[in-house]
Amino acid sequence: MTKLRVLLVALMALLFAACGGSSDSQVSVLNRGLATDPESLDPHKARTTQAADVLRDIGEGLTSYSADGTLVAGAAERWEVSDDGRQWTFVIREAARWSNGDALTAGHFEFSLKRLVDPGTTSFYAQVIDDVVESVAATDERTLAIRLKQPTPYFLDLLTHPSTFPVHVPSFEQYGDAFARPGRYVSNGAYVLDTWLPGSIIILKRNTNYWNNAETAVDVVRHHVVTQEVAELNRYRSGELHITSVVPPDGFAQIREAFGDQLRVAPYLGVYYYGFNLTRPPFADNVALREALSMAIDREALVEKVLGRGELPAYSWVPPGTWNYDPVQLSFAGLSQSERNSIAKQRYREAGYGDDEPLEIELRFNTNDTHKRVALAVSAMWREVLGVETRLINEESSVFLANVRQRDVTQVFKGSWIGDFNDAHTFLGVMQAGSSTNMTAYASEDYDALMQRAASQDRIDRRRLYLEEAERLLLADHPVIPLYFYVSKHLVSPEVKGWGDNVLDYHYSQHLSLDVAP
Amino acid sequence: MLRYTLLRLLGAIPTLLFVIALAFLMVRAAPGGPFDSERALPPEIEANIERHYHLDEPLPKQFVRYLGGLLKGDLGPSFRYRDYTVGELIGNAFPMSLKLGSMAMLLALVVGIGAGVVAALRQGSLLDRAVMAAAMTGISIPVFVIAPVLVLLFAVKLRWLPAGWSGGGGAAALILPVITLALPQIAYIARLMRASMIDVLGSDFIRTARAQGLGTVSIIRYHALKPALLPVLSYLGPAIAGILTGSVVVEEVFGVPGLGQFFVRGALNRDYTLVLGIVIFYATLIVLLNLLVDILYGVIDPRVRYR
Repeated sequence: MTKLRVLLVALMALLFAACGGSSDSQVSVLNRGLATDPESLDPHKARTTQAADVLRDIGEGLTSYSADGTLVAGAAERWEVSDDGRQWTFVIREAARWSNGDALTAGHFEFSLKRLVDPGTTSFYAQVIDDVVESVAATDERTLAIRLKQPTPYFLDLLTHPSTFPVHVPSFEQYGDAFARPGRYVSNGAYVLDTWLPGSIIILKRNTNYWNNAETAVDVVRHHVVTQEVAELNRYRSGELHITSVVPPDGFAQIREAFGDQLRVAPYLGVYYYGFNLTRPPFADNVALREALSMAIDREALVEKVLGRGELPAYSWVPPGTWNYDPVQLSFAGLSQSERNSIAKQRYREAGYGDDEPLEIELRFNTNDTHKRVALAVSAMWREVLGVETRLINEESSVFLANVRQRDVTQVFKGSWIGDFNDAHTFLGVMQAGSSTNMTAYASEDYDALMQRAASQDRIDRRRLYLEEAERLLLADHPVIPLYFYVSKHLVSPEVKGWGDNVLDYHYSQHLSLDVAP
Repeated sequence: MLRYTLLRLLGAIPTLLFVIALAFLMVRAAPGGPFDSERALPPEIEANIERHYHLDEPLPKQFVRYLGGLLKGDLGPSFRYRDYTVGELIGNAFPMSLKLGSMAMLLALVVGIGAGVVAALRQGSLLDRAVMAAAMTGISIPVFVIAPVLVLLFAVKLRWLPAGWSGGGGAAALILPVITLALPQIAYIARLMRASMIDVLGSDFIRTARAQGLGTVSIIRYHALKPALLPVLSYLGPAIAGILTGSVVVEEVFGVPGLGQFFVRGALNRDYTLVLGIVIFYATLIVLLNLLVDILYGVIDPRVRYR
């Protein structure tokens, strides 16, 4: 029994030790939620938005964004562009340093951009740069010359993307592909990687060699990996997190009520849609049917009653708020829902269906609460307006993706697209024939020709007209049903200052500060 | 006995090979692959990635390559964590799971046995009924319900304990996960212990001891406890299994970077090598533990002979 007693005492001691937490008031520590582990912190191998969120803290491209999403100078202090819009010259800041004190040179950028597009690097973002850049060369220590294949108005935005961040060449030479790990990682952003425990936490420390270090307020950033939305909410409520990466869909009204202006909801460059498999009946060569299904969906009811988190109903493919663009609307956008319904019925009959011969289709989505709710609502609308019999099929996400790609059993599927940068091209490019992201197999020569013409324009107003024309064509063909536009949702503690809502949902830790209540 | 041990170890090799082959085939049979995403890759890059991880080779060749790596103790690179190898991930995660699991086991034994003994001594009393009611509740409520309730109470409302493990958070962050994991086991052990103790207390030798004038404490301590513990000891195996499976949920909810969490995510991400690595690791562990138990039986019970 004495052993038991010792054990009990030890357990009690553990409890007491645990309750007396210690805190160092000198160091400002920001705790952020992160929905999943980055697959890599090598800027060229990173893929998910979560990896990009962490990378934006530890690295910096030639350009960057301010807290409200305005494009600003990054590692480059200034740049020039030739009249034809293809020749760019960047001058790197004299004060730009790596976290170990080495000078950041134009040569490092040249090396990194070349490594990015090298197929051997197997970067997920290689194509984004490869489609645009013809050549890159460092003309001296601080000057970088980049020649583009065609004028690209969104090029400066592209350069804020983590895939264009420089890698520290000596580290790469020493460790090869394994340089992006704690203890080795030399980076050029406001923070440097200190600890990474996969499945748990990523800790970043202030980079004292960063050129703008004087403006950095937070000393330590802790990105907590919390995969469950409710667990993240609990950690926020218990005061362990200053910022959440998401807000759970359930009980959103209560959350809004409980947290007031701590809940930040802002428009986000992302579209949620249903796509048709255009390679097989019943949707191949049947625009009338596709249009009927699109019209019969009451998008207002969907965003208000089913989602209710500030999402916007989608009547275009490109989200509102996209830079230098005015999204084209679906032809029926101006009608009331009852008007839409009666035209939809007419189109449905034209397509060869009716009450005696109803359409039977499968609607496929990856298993998820929100997807399920939307699918239930849409199938109910289809049944009520058109009499369509919809079978809902939910699959684990890898299985779902494989089925959508094969275009074998898939008929209607859930899709979403998040913009990589703030330009209409990131959305319209998806639907080009042969694009690997074009899940519907939509192929229109006219559409592709318009996209080509837009790409070769050096005047942004003309380019914009071609892009808008392309979208008009796309919407008339109905390869997809845009349902709603995303909003970004975060809980942000009142202690956090400097938070800015923006359409890209980028929130650099270096712009934030903590105002600790007395 | 050395001969016996060696023979058993050799006998484990076909078992392990079978487990590896089965696991290898099963992870590949799942549709989709490790690099799936709505943002599809250009074909040449996809081909490069597949070549890099040898996914372009025929399955038998991949299997032989994998076995070759295993012989050298190499579990391969993780597909999802591109900066880490499977060996590193398991090496980081297992100590965490071990710590969590052993603390939960210890807590379950101490509290479960204690509660069981107390209930047995006050059989039929209010206290007994309360303990048993609590135990029944503990068995009936699944871990994924207990965890959020504890978090809401102790982390959100009272703010005594952190809601999640957050890297160097100290022992405090482990208290809720350990309690969550231990609760169902406490309940089970308490019930077992109570039944077994009542049984023992009713037996002749205890009556004899009482007749000799021994006090209750001494009777429990010197005579009743040991025989009453036997059913609990044989329950240890299922208890460990319960803690292993429970840890999957608990690690996920509390963000503890243990093996269970990696196993589930590995399966969802089609991280073939990570899933395989954890299966092999667990399989080896179980084979070794079984062997250890068999050897220990011989040590405890001299009637068991090894041939």
